[in-house]
Amino acid sequence: MEPKKKILVTGAAGALAKKVIDKLKKDYKIIAIDFRTKVDLGIPVESYKIDFNKRIFEDIFREHEFDGIIHLGRISAQELNRFTRYNANVIGTRKLLDLARKYNVPKTVIMSTYFVYGASPYNPSLLDETTPLKASELTMDLVDSVELENLSAIYLYKHPELHITVLRPCNIAGPGVRNTFSLLLSEKRSPVLWGFSPLMQFIHIDDMRDAICTAFEKNIPGVYNVAPDDYIGFQDAIKIAGSQRIQIPSVPPSLTEGIARFLKWKSFPPYLINYFKYPVIIDGSLFAKTFDFKPKKTLEDIFMYYKSLK
Amino acid sequence: MANSKTSIIDKVFNRNEMEEIVNVFPNRVGSQGFDAWGFNIKNMKANMRMTKFMYENFYKVEAFGLENIPKEGRCLIIPNHSGQLPFDGMLIGYAMVTNPFGPRAPKAMVERFLPTVPFIGNWLSSVGAVIGDPINCERMLDNDEAVVVFPEGVRGSNKLYKLKYQLQRFGTGFMHLAMKHQAPIIPVAVIGMEETIRSYADLKPIAKLLGLPVAPLVLPWVFPSKVYLYFGKPIFFENDVHKESDIKERVDVVKQEISKLIEIGLKKRAADVEAQKKSKENNTAIQ
Repeated sequence: MEPKKKILVTGAAGALAKKVIDKLKKDYKIIAIDFRTKVDLGIPVESYKIDFNKRIFEDIFREHEFDGIIHLGRISAQELNRFTRYNANVIGTRKLLDLARKYNVPKTVIMSTYFVYGASPYNPSLLDETTPLKASELTMDLVDSVELENLSAIYLYKHPELHITVLRPCNIAGPGVRNTFSLLLSEKRSPVLWGFSPLMQFIHIDDMRDAICTAFEKNIPGVYNVAPDDYIGFQDAIKIAGSQRIQIPSVPPSLTEGIARFLKWKSFPPYLINYFKYPVIIDGSLFAKTFDFKPKKTLEDIFMYYKSLK
Repeated sequence: MANSKTSIIDKVFNRNEMEEIVNVFPNRVGSQGFDAWGFNIKNMKANMRMTKFMYENFYKVEAFGLENIPKEGRCLIIPNHSGQLPFDGMLIGYAMVTNPFGPRAPKAMVERFLPTVPFIGNWLSSVGAVIGDPINCERMLDNDEAVVVFPEGVRGSNKLYKLKYQLQRFGTGFMHLAMKHQAPIIPVAVIGMEETIRSYADLKPIAKLLGLPVAPLVLPWVFPSKVYLYFGKPIFFENDVHKESDIKERVDVVKQEISKLIEIGLKKRAADVEAQKKSKENNTAIQ
């Protein structure tokens, strides 16, 4: 019997990574790593707590001959300080990609975010993958996300042998997800900006798991938005999810920012204020067409899940 | 008095009539009633019920040439712009939504600063307004939408009252898009909006201070004025020019068509006023 191919999955403590590992572990030998904690993922999965920037990280590559990397590990802007995040997300990813080159790993999927486009009142709708990434123009807290993308793009074109696929999903939501907008859907009372209900896209965590697995297995390198062609106003989403809306003053902008800084709510970070105001609608048609992908879960499924929690 | 109140409420909230119209729209929306530009079918219905009252009772709109609007497929609706506020777009939208030859909800390109205004930005996008970015317009034409573009922009809507019915400089963006996407152009003349809100000066320093494109000095009053909408025959342009000067010539062709429609509209309005006068005189004579 031929030995199973090996995959390195980063960010193993996250809900999405756990789902991906669960789906792939039947066909692959999974080596799971996370900088935060050693995750117990059951017997067939080897799990490590490790910092990409430490020399010991290379030992994992020395020990295992990887057939692919699924890089989901990213410190979000809610965690740690800007300097540490930059080191982990950007410098750490560079280390990871350099090791992938050194040990001839033939394919890599890198997880990004739609936040990189930046929330601006001048954004046209259906931003495609060639749209300039303006997030760092709006807030320093997303510089690491944009830099991670730039780094991935450089490696994608300079080192085609790595076969890099970068995925930029819209808001991921569903069981276990702890990003800003899923926290807002899960809370009983959620802050919204008075007079603003930006159009948003949501993808269920199970669909995102399928998107990652499909992108990994089909391996068609490039940069892809991942989003359904279904939309909803943010305040409508909050209402349908059964949350009570807390209206935060939206003018003048300095007052809104002051309130966000004072409240220090995890689900209302000052650096995301523009995302509570202006839509960032991405065009997921390239991914859908290239990978023959269609999300199975509807917006109704997503919001009903959150409603059922309350 | 009670009767008159009931009658207004009935006119504004006639849900059934609007439901029938909206149910045959070719517009594509998602599971929650939104499309990618924030258009929302539920808000659209509510808004149309309000607009119905303004359209029929305040502006007493008469629309001509509605048969010229394609029932489906991409097209650019190119009107003159007037009246300080985008009510002309609202009336064109209502005329298209209730078009007996084939209702459809158009999209309208609006000023880029509008999304920054609380409530207004969201409300406008929910009824079909989209920021005036060529990428948006291209995507909507690809999506086979009817798109209203005012090529005069604020030069037209916020011009001084003394310049009424004089077409201002047209931008050329709409022509590039019409040619590239092979979309027919429907020229439109709006008569009557110029008289509703009248600007007597443009207070440029205040506009600069507030970061607005214009700060018109207007009387705080909307004058009642009957509105005429004239939809012209579709004009097609092949995508076969390579110089900007040729584009400008084609833009002038559209501008001339709108001018002709304005002339027809002004004559019709003058004739109607004359007929009304005569009818009043006759009534007085009979009494």
